[in-house]
Amino acid sequence: MEIKRGIAVSPGVAIGPAMVLDAEGFRIPKRFVKPSAVASEVQRLEHALDKARAEALANESFIAGKLGSEYGAIFSAHAQMIADTKLRREIISHIEERNFSPEYATSQVLRRFAKVFETAGPIAAARVNDIFDVEHRILRHLLGEQREELSQLTSPVIVLAHDLTPSETAGLDTKLVRGFATEEGGRTSHTAILAGALEIPAVVGIGRFLSDVSGGDTIVIDGNRGLVILNPDENTLAEYQHTEEEFRHFEESLVALRDLPAETLDGVRVSLVGNIEFPSEVEHCLERGAEGIGLYRTEFLYLDKQRSPTEEEHFEAYSHVVKAMQGRPVVIRTLDLGADKVPEDLATGERERNPFLGLRSLRLCLHYPEIFKTQLRAILRVSALGPVSIMFPLVTTITELRQAKLLLNNVMEDLAEQHIEFNRKVSVGIMVEVPSTVIMADQFCRVADFFSLGTNDLVQYTLAVDRNNQSVSNLFSAADPAVLRLIRAVVKATKRRNLPLSVCGEMSADPIYTLLLVGLGIRSLSITPHSIPEIKKIIRSIKSRDAMRVARKVMTIDNARDAANYLRGEARKFLPEIVG
Amino acid sequence: MADDVVRRQLCVPNPQGIHARPAARLVELANGFQSRIEFVKGTERVDAKSIFQIMTLAAVQGTVLLLEARGPDAQAAADAIEKMIQELAETDAEASTSEP
Repeated sequence: MEIKRGIAVSPGVAIGPAMVLDAEGFRIPKRFVKPSAVASEVQRLEHALDKARAEALANESFIAGKLGSEYGAIFSAHAQMIADTKLRREIISHIEERNFSPEYATSQVLRRFAKVFETAGPIAAARVNDIFDVEHRILRHLLGEQREELSQLTSPVIVLAHDLTPSETAGLDTKLVRGFATEEGGRTSHTAILAGALEIPAVVGIGRFLSDVSGGDTIVIDGNRGLVILNPDENTLAEYQHTEEEFRHFEESLVALRDLPAETLDGVRVSLVGNIEFPSEVEHCLERGAEGIGLYRTEFLYLDKQRSPTEEEHFEAYSHVVKAMQGRPVVIRTLDLGADKVPEDLATGERERNPFLGLRSLRLCLHYPEIFKTQLRAILRVSALGPVSIMFPLVTTITELRQAKLLLNNVMEDLAEQHIEFNRKVSVGIMVEVPSTVIMADQFCRVADFFSLGTNDLVQYTLAVDRNNQSVSNLFSAADPAVLRLIRAVVKATKRRNLPLSVCGEMSADPIYTLLLVGLGIRSLSITPHSIPEIKKIIRSIKSRDAMRVARKVMTIDNARDAANYLRGEARKFLPEIVG
Repeated sequence: MADDVVRRQLCVPNPQGIHARPAARLVELANGFQSRIEFVKGTERVDAKSIFQIMTLAAVQGTVLLLEARGPDAQAAADAIEKMIQELAETDAEASTSEP
């Protein structure tokens, strides 16, 4: 048994056989051969080894001719590894004595060597990648055309990979992929956000561990604590099977809350709406009784493409959501990405020294008005189908907001000229996630129709901290008194103007903040669908009086840690089983 | 046939030790002989004909290795391998001076 620690990005527990994906998407399942087939399987292995060796030698002369003999020598070393008698003997003995399939035996033996190399000093450790290369080469010949890929799963697996691209993650078949773990990635990487959206347990940022796993090994993903357990012992496995069951029961008990209102014991109603990214998540929202969509992220439309989406691609995604929500409100947020993560036609090609302070989100959209107008046109078109609002991200100055609204007006005129239907009175709101916007909140109230507090970015820009940077991530806290004061200021400004205000950052889905947010006077929370029942349960267990007391008290605390501890303690009093 | 056993004590002379490329050459050389050729380092004994075993030997500069060749061409094998290891000092020096 081995325990690896990473970053928990999507809660839950998943248990299943490992599917190890490398850059080429190989999957090496644990398979056995019949004793009667051993001889022919050994022959198949020998054949694959010969072909792999010949290929490596051919590579040697090709590379030597192209780059010089020193580089070619890398492949002659590969050929030597493939021809190594010790390697051959060990793989064959795995086939003959343990009846492993040649693929599984090869993978097992080479991964064991990789592990030995890693610990055998710097000379050998630097060669680990060569071993993986050799493994691929042999496996390619063994598997031929029949190699298994992510897209061709037939049974449940736990996916283990160096990294998954957002599009790979989005394409995971959640019926068969029970959970995943990656070596790379951080809490706010797109892959992590997608895992939460797909509602499968996931752990990322584990660091190197794939060399310790073979396909078919039993894996436990503990998405609650950020652990990956390789080949768990009996007790650990039993414990996790129990947790998995309990988690399911707990979830089911929360579903019972679906049709009950989010109302405090003394009758204060809070509206709970969902954050989504993919049209398919609408179901997750409806299952849990969301009253609408408070944040529909549209970045997924811009992933992994040479070009920005067409108007029809936008329209199709939005109309699906609006129709499925059957008359409930949907807030669509326009593109919220940095210049480093967008399709070619939106990229500037310049390397930004400070992308968080650079050309991103609304700024980027205003930089490319034609592409922005395509998105606005599609949103306006769906506004004819149901109660749709538009929300601009990262608004920093009033001028930006005016520019964006001007573009929106231009698009409206075009549509009107072409006799295309849309809602002329569509609400236009802003994400409040930069301190300047909070400071100018009274003025923004005159130009915007609603506010949504994006707490993740607000914390980042207020405390000047990148939470993906491990050396400073401890400074990142939504409970920081500076952040709490900004939130209070926004609540005050919107109350005075009677402007709708919602909170859509992670803070709104974290049970320790519910008392505080309700106590401050916030009456709409937009949260990841998964957390809706939990937050509803808390709201239904508290009184607004208590919430106000907590909100007043926490404002007297001068540091983030004490404030968070205080909030956790108060929340625990009301719902000990939720607040750990 | 009576097998000869030839033993030599060798010291790894070059700063980079027996890294990937010399290891590959060493294995190639060893495989050209019929004799069984092994290196002993402390309590470890590895087959000089296996790249995997040589690589895990972690033979850095100054490592003392016992070379043991056993077989009809043991003498020739030991000579050739000893020569190659001694020459590591020069080839490595050449390699480092030829770098820009």
